[in-house]
Amino acid sequence: MGRELLSIEHLTKRYGDLTVLEDLSLTVQEGQVIVIVGPSGCGKSTLLRCINALEPIQGGIIKLDGQEIDRDTKKLPELRQKIGMVFQSYDLFPHLTALDNITLAPIKVQKRKKAEVEAEALQLLERVGLKDRAGDYPRQLSGGQKQRVAIVRALCMHPEIMLFDEVTAALDPEMVREVLDVLLDLAKQGRTMLIVTHEMQFARAVADQVIFLDGGQIVEQAPPDQFFEHPKTQRAQKFLNTFTFETIKNHGGNDYENQA
Amino acid sequence: MDIAVIRSYLPLFQEAGWLTLRLGLMGIALAIVVGLICAAVHYWRIPVLNKIVTVYIEISRNTPLLIQLFFIYYGLPKLGIRTNPAACGVAGLAFLGGSYMSEAFRSGLESVATIQRESAMSLGMTNGQTFRYVILPQAMSVSVPPFVANVIFLLKETSVFSAVSLMDLMFTAKDLIGLYYNTTESLFLLVLCYLVILLPVSLLGSLLERRLRYAGFGV
Amino acid sequence: MPDLGFEVLLKGKNFARLMGGVWVALRISLISVVISIPLGILLGIVMTWKNPISRVLTRIYLEIIRIMPQLVLLFLVFFGTTRSFGWDISGELASIIVFSLWGTAEMGDLVRGALISIPIHQYESASALGLSSGQTFLYIIIPQTIRRLIPLSINLITRMIKTTSLVLMIGVVEVLKVAQQIIEANRMASPNAAFGIYLTVFILYFLACWPISLVAKALERRWQ
Repeated sequence: MGRELLSIEHLTKRYGDLTVLEDLSLTVQEGQVIVIVGPSGCGKSTLLRCINALEPIQGGIIKLDGQEIDRDTKKLPELRQKIGMVFQSYDLFPHLTALDNITLAPIKVQKRKKAEVEAEALQLLERVGLKDRAGDYPRQLSGGQKQRVAIVRALCMHPEIMLFDEVTAALDPEMVREVLDVLLDLAKQGRTMLIVTHEMQFARAVADQVIFLDGGQIVEQAPPDQFFEHPKTQRAQKFLNTFTFETIKNHGGNDYENQA
Repeated sequence: MDIAVIRSYLPLFQEAGWLTLRLGLMGIALAIVVGLICAAVHYWRIPVLNKIVTVYIEISRNTPLLIQLFFIYYGLPKLGIRTNPAACGVAGLAFLGGSYMSEAFRSGLESVATIQRESAMSLGMTNGQTFRYVILPQAMSVSVPPFVANVIFLLKETSVFSAVSLMDLMFTAKDLIGLYYNTTESLFLLVLCYLVILLPVSLLGSLLERRLRYAGFGV
Repeated sequence: MPDLGFEVLLKGKNFARLMGGVWVALRISLISVVISIPLGILLGIVMTWKNPISRVLTRIYLEIIRIMPQLVLLFLVFFGTTRSFGWDISGELASIIVFSLWGTAEMGDLVRGALISIPIHQYESASALGLSSGQTFLYIIIPQTIRRLIPLSINLITRMIKTTSLVLMIGVVEVLKVAQQIIEANRMASPNAAFGIYLTVFILYFLACWPISLVAKALERRWQ
């Protein structure tokens, strides 16, 4: 593990009277993959949105590479280029082809050469198995394909850290895998990532550290095996239990007759 | 119907038609400018101006053009604001059309989902870049159908220009009916002239709308 | 305070006369609305039929009415009927005929739009529940259609009221005509009456339309 890339100190986020994140601190090292899990409404997505300064914060400091991320700073667009973010769904630009979606920001924002960017975009698309769909519009792509394009779009900006906000939550089950495989591939390449997800098996496979967020606070932070096998807190145990089912039918038995 | 009468009236209607079209297009052009300004004021929620624009839109949309023209042409001179008929017609059309155009542009801007803005921002785009490359192209495609409808609506509204003694199509028709009782021929030419002006716009509008629908920007 | 001509309104029966003119305009629009709404609903339903003949006929009716300025339609009916059939109809009757024809077309289009906007799965889930097509229409389709339709129909009323201002041009004595007469009669005594009186007419129209469009907007927001 390398140097400290992202640091969050005493972050507090409120919507009106509602406190969503309270005094939250977290550091992410270069090359680290951190998966954030927790019940709905625990503030996972808000945390990612705060890191990207899409939400104003009420307290604390977020730093990337030692530079403060502040909504009022003139450098915000520059800082955001270093942070790749992929949302839950529907965030491709519908009026642009897959390729143009990817190349728009590198060309217009980073002022890179069109030919060079397109070559890189096609290479990345090939890596996620979508080279032949480069000319398609978002409406011609399936949900899983759209998300893979969205990931490539973020990658093409050469971000230092990537944020994934429940990128598979809106997908049909059979498409979840193709997207998660891309994330696993990125992890293998040593990318720094913060992933919010409900896919527990995936979390276990990809994470260096799992963070369990509940009530706007980090309740537990541990390596994946330790977290999933031996969660320390009761809240984490309860949360993990919601993903398992008890067998209710005794196959081949005759419970019904007994009840009657 | 008497062909000779029609032939002799045709130049009069032609001239009146040009006047209608010219003033109509000038008024619409101004209405577009007013509409863009109002939509921008609303979109960026510019304080104070925002309220003024809201009041203007309510007034403009809830009064008829004829009354607006009467007030501008006969009422305002008493305050020392004098206009000639043509300027009055154009001003009235711009006052009325500005609010309609503003609503067309606004509906387009509002149809673009917040997530679009957010993903553009998270790619490091500035506000200006986000607006230009992401918001505007999407908003425009939504705005086109109401925009075309407004153009047709405003061209039709020019028919009241004769009330401020502009020698437009209605004025010419009424004049000829009153003078020579050639009602059939006058009405025929009146309808014909409006068809010549309005049909192409209407057809172009439905063509555009169909193409946009096929382009189907829906995600 | 310069003389802006408002005091003319307080002279004699001027204000009452002006309100009489407002009533004429409102009467024309109300009668037209009352005729247009049922006919428009009928037209809208016919427009959704698959029958090609009814489809073409209603389409032609709609396009003809909508492409012509209402004032041209007024001229056609007011001057044209006299010429072609020898009828000498009053300006008010001509106005009601034209505005009803126009209102029916607009209402028909709104009804058609509302009907076809109901997604097909609404019909399907109703029949899956065992409702007959009559029951489906009565309990499922009509309530949803009405919600979409009411704000739009209310807007149609304000459009109708605004359109009524045109009847001045075929000689009906309504609010604007009365205003002209008052200004003319007081030309010497209050030369600035045109400002005050026309502003009053302007405000009267605004007061007639604004509350109605506020209601439409509120309903639209509530039912969306």
